[in-house]
Amino acid sequence: MNKNKIIKVKNLVKKFGDFVANDNLNFEVEAGEIFGFLGANGAGKTTAIKILTGLSKPTSGEISVAGYDIYKETEKIKRNIGYMSQKFSLYDDLTVFENIRFYAGIYGMKKQEIIDKTESLLDKLDIRNHKNSLIRSLPLGWKQKLAFSIAIFHNPKIVFLDEPTGGVDPVTRRMFWELIYDASNSGITVFVTTHYMDEAEYCDRISIMDKGKIVALDKPQILKEQYNAANIDEVFVKIAR
Amino acid sequence: MRTILHIIQKEFIQITRDKMMLPIIFVVPIVQLLFLVYAATLEIKNIDLCIVDNDLSTVSREITQKFEASPFFVVKGKTFSVEQSEKLIETGQVDIVLNIPHNFEKDLIRNKKAGIQILVDAINQTTGSIGSSYCNQIIFNYNKNIITKFSDLKTLFEIQDIKTINIEHQFWYNPDLNYKVFMVPGILVILVTIIGMFLSAMNLVKEKEIGTIEQINVTPIKKHQFIIGKMIPFLIIALFELAFGLTLGKILFNIPIIGNLWLVFLSATVYLFVILGFGLLISTLSNTQQQAMFVAWFFMLVFIMMSGLFTPIESMPVWAQKLNLINPVAFFIKILRMVLLKGSEIKDIKNDLFYLFGYGVVVFSFATIRYKKTN
Repeated sequence: MNKNKIIKVKNLVKKFGDFVANDNLNFEVEAGEIFGFLGANGAGKTTAIKILTGLSKPTSGEISVAGYDIYKETEKIKRNIGYMSQKFSLYDDLTVFENIRFYAGIYGMKKQEIIDKTESLLDKLDIRNHKNSLIRSLPLGWKQKLAFSIAIFHNPKIVFLDEPTGGVDPVTRRMFWELIYDASNSGITVFVTTHYMDEAEYCDRISIMDKGKIVALDKPQILKEQYNAANIDEVFVKIAR
Repeated sequence: MRTILHIIQKEFIQITRDKMMLPIIFVVPIVQLLFLVYAATLEIKNIDLCIVDNDLSTVSREITQKFEASPFFVVKGKTFSVEQSEKLIETGQVDIVLNIPHNFEKDLIRNKKAGIQILVDAINQTTGSIGSSYCNQIIFNYNKNIITKFSDLKTLFEIQDIKTINIEHQFWYNPDLNYKVFMVPGILVILVTIIGMFLSAMNLVKEKEIGTIEQINVTPIKKHQFIIGKMIPFLIIALFELAFGLTLGKILFNIPIIGNLWLVFLSATVYLFVILGFGLLISTLSNTQQQAMFVAWFFMLVFIMMSGLFTPIESMPVWAQKLNLINPVAFFIKILRMVLLKGSEIKDIKNDLFYLFGYGVVVFSFATIRYKKTN
């Protein structure tokens, strides 16, 4: 096994009845990179991410995540990944700290470790005054940043982000990406789906999906040259035609 | 183990933070005990009666007085016209018409036999049948009086020497035939069932609706840890509810608590194992709280109506009695009545307890299989 390839996907197929959501996907993600998974709504991004996180079973294909086989070692994979779903995933009726304590707790983190790490997180996100506020009282941008921070709180090898910046203003999106860079610098591999093409420029490598297939996969710079486009948005439009 | 504690902690915070929860836990038992125990009685009182007295004799007047004095009847009308009294029944203003015909007293004295007509509105079968038997009783009692009354005039009436057999009833465990004593344990069962079933049925579905279940499913948490962690808070709340209800029952109705209280709570725990399992199963089968609610209601209604709380199981058709073999509510009502009212011991109820436990194992297994972390 090549150690640098932290995610390996070979001939991944997922069918829902007659509908083919993922049509023979092949790609590899290198450890430490920010891998962008682009595509229009309904292209099959979320389906793929659910398979990689063990929420959904593939119809066929060979897949390994963090060095573990997706069929046989699902629970080991789960120990090594973090996930932030499209749907908001914190408990509205719990406070910031209670959410952190709960999620960190079920990953088996020690009490003191949780307390210490929470303190530094509150400072980092600048929400010290809101440690005991209910999640439902916070603005959406804060919630998203917090959800991301909780997804990587247990220090996973890979974090999967499914359209993490949906519905958030550009400034907050910018701040969110700073958090992603931070995580990446600390050695966490980031697998992110999005349909904001400007965000694609922030990624080390991107793959573009269309109708269940991967139609392009490379560094953003190379794709732009290849398609003779000023930005990824143009690349995407040209491919999707 | 620590994982389970984290889930229990989280559930308790969420339940106590829910502003509706405290009123539900404390107000529901009070209301149910106060209203249901009084209202759901099988004693029939206040039957509306119309008396048609065309005889206007001493005997007819005395019979009228007997009815007026009875706590079971309210004499709503007196008339001389049968047609008018029938109207009253048709319009639902009275339940029973007592028709004393002309020459009633004469017939009684001459023929030693006289007829009274009783018209009963039998739309409500219970009121109808019980009402008419009360009528018979009053008239029969009065009839015996007539005999004794006239027995001095032996020359005029040849009275046979009537030998009456006196049947003396002895009511065990509830000597005063106090209906409330019988009802309270049943209401307590309903209370525990509602709390247990709804808390568990709604909870997992709620996480599905919000989407947090996905977040849980990507963690390395084990199925059984998650389920145990979720069920323990509900078990504790339901047992607390039972304790609260028992206290109220003791204070308000002075219900006897003859058996061992530990045994009461042990059986309640076994019973809740089944009910929480049912709730969990429902929530693994439904996708929305609305669906879960309807399914939970369906089961509760069937279980409670069949349980023998409001109508005796003995008078149900055989197939219905057999159906009660899968009705946990019926089992627990029976157990609770036995332990509370009769002081039954563990050896008396152990078969039922084992049965319920086995039932719980089956239901929980289904629920655990149905709850999948991966789809």
